[in-house]
Amino acid sequence: MAEIIQNEGGKQKGKKRSKRHSTHIDMTPMVDLACLLLTFFMLTTAFSKAKVMEIVLPEKVKDPKTAKAPEVDDKRALNIILVEGDKVLWYNGLANPAKPPLPTLNVTDFSDEGIRRVLLQRNKDLFIQIEEMNIAVTAGTLKLSNDTITARRKKMMTKDVIGPVVLIKAADNVKYRNIVDIIDEMAITNIARYALIDINDVEKKMVADYLAATGSNAASNK
Amino acid sequence: MGKIKIHANPPKIDMTPMVDLFFLLLVFFILTATFRPQEAVMVDTPSSVSNTTTPEKHIITLTISRDNMVFFNVDNGVDTSEHLRGKILQAMGKQFSVRFTPEEIKRFEGMNSFALPMDRLKAWINEKDSEVRDGMHLGMPMDSTDNQLQYWIRMSRIYYPEFDVAIKGDAAADYKQVKKVIDILQDNNVNKFNLTTNLESVEISMENL
Repeated sequence: MAEIIQNEGGKQKGKKRSKRHSTHIDMTPMVDLACLLLTFFMLTTAFSKAKVMEIVLPEKVKDPKTAKAPEVDDKRALNIILVEGDKVLWYNGLANPAKPPLPTLNVTDFSDEGIRRVLLQRNKDLFIQIEEMNIAVTAGTLKLSNDTITARRKKMMTKDVIGPVVLIKAADNVKYRNIVDIIDEMAITNIARYALIDINDVEKKMVADYLAATGSNAASNK
Repeated sequence: MGKIKIHANPPKIDMTPMVDLFFLLLVFFILTATFRPQEAVMVDTPSSVSNTTTPEKHIITLTISRDNMVFFNVDNGVDTSEHLRGKILQAMGKQFSVRFTPEEIKRFEGMNSFALPMDRLKAWINEKDSEVRDGMHLGMPMDSTDNQLQYWIRMSRIYYPEFDVAIKGDAAADYKQVKKVIDILQDNNVNKFNLTTNLESVEISMENL
């Protein structure tokens, strides 16, 4: 083991033995303890801190009489309705019962080729703009600090006038996972404007009709 | 005659460098250790691409478990000299006319998230067995008739208005419950939230556009 070796060879004979005893200290218990503590601290240390996704919601309308909901351009609106069973329904424009016909619902899912494709298709210009900046930064041709990148990204988003305004709605019995997934898709596809809003009665009916229609289709296929 | 001597004791290995290294690592781990606080409930958070880290102090954490129970926790980080938890508990005690002894307030300051109505809180604080304590949670009352979650948030923000709010929901929790929590927060003028998630990276190639 770890020892302090003192060379006293051959000097013992005849001479008066000195009081200096050889200092062999057994360090084994100390090393054992150090090992034990080391293992303990290695196992209990939490290196990865939890990550958070920040969302800012518009302030709640306190008095529904005086306050007016913000108008959304018919051409830019993209509605996403989440329904039970990880399904995503979407339609373009706004559903206005005064102006029939009602838009048709399209069904998709959370896969890479699902809702992400729809969003990318609509948000192509802004996405390419931001992605090109990111690529230039990683390639080293553009030297910017992280803060500047975030600021530029934000600026591009505020300037965006042709990208979609995504309205996210959730039907009953939707799991929290789906909401996080869809907000995450907004971050992935660099959508500039999106909002989480409550589903209205017209849409509730549209979803019910859609589910009934697909349900009967499935039954007739059998 | 001419006998070969066999060394009785094995060769000595100098362990000093190894021990030095051990101590170095030990000191490093001791200094960097941040202990994971004992959670009242296990939550499987959904994943996202977000790479922002959780704020370390002055944070209200609302945990929503798999079975839709809402847990409340308020954390003032490593600096415990502010005694925020104790002050908030006292204010809540006053509001709901429950008296807490100084010992109970001190114990509460070192505790974690809870999902209990005010009248059960005292028993939870005084319970010594942590397993029994974890089994006591019933869910935070948050109906319109008895909205205690609202009071907890309000009292916390009276003592420290800049509290960050993190919502730590289980992936399988109902959105309805999360929405209810968000509504209560918005009633208290909290419009910025942090949703706790796991990191997951996503790549989109430009050619596919």
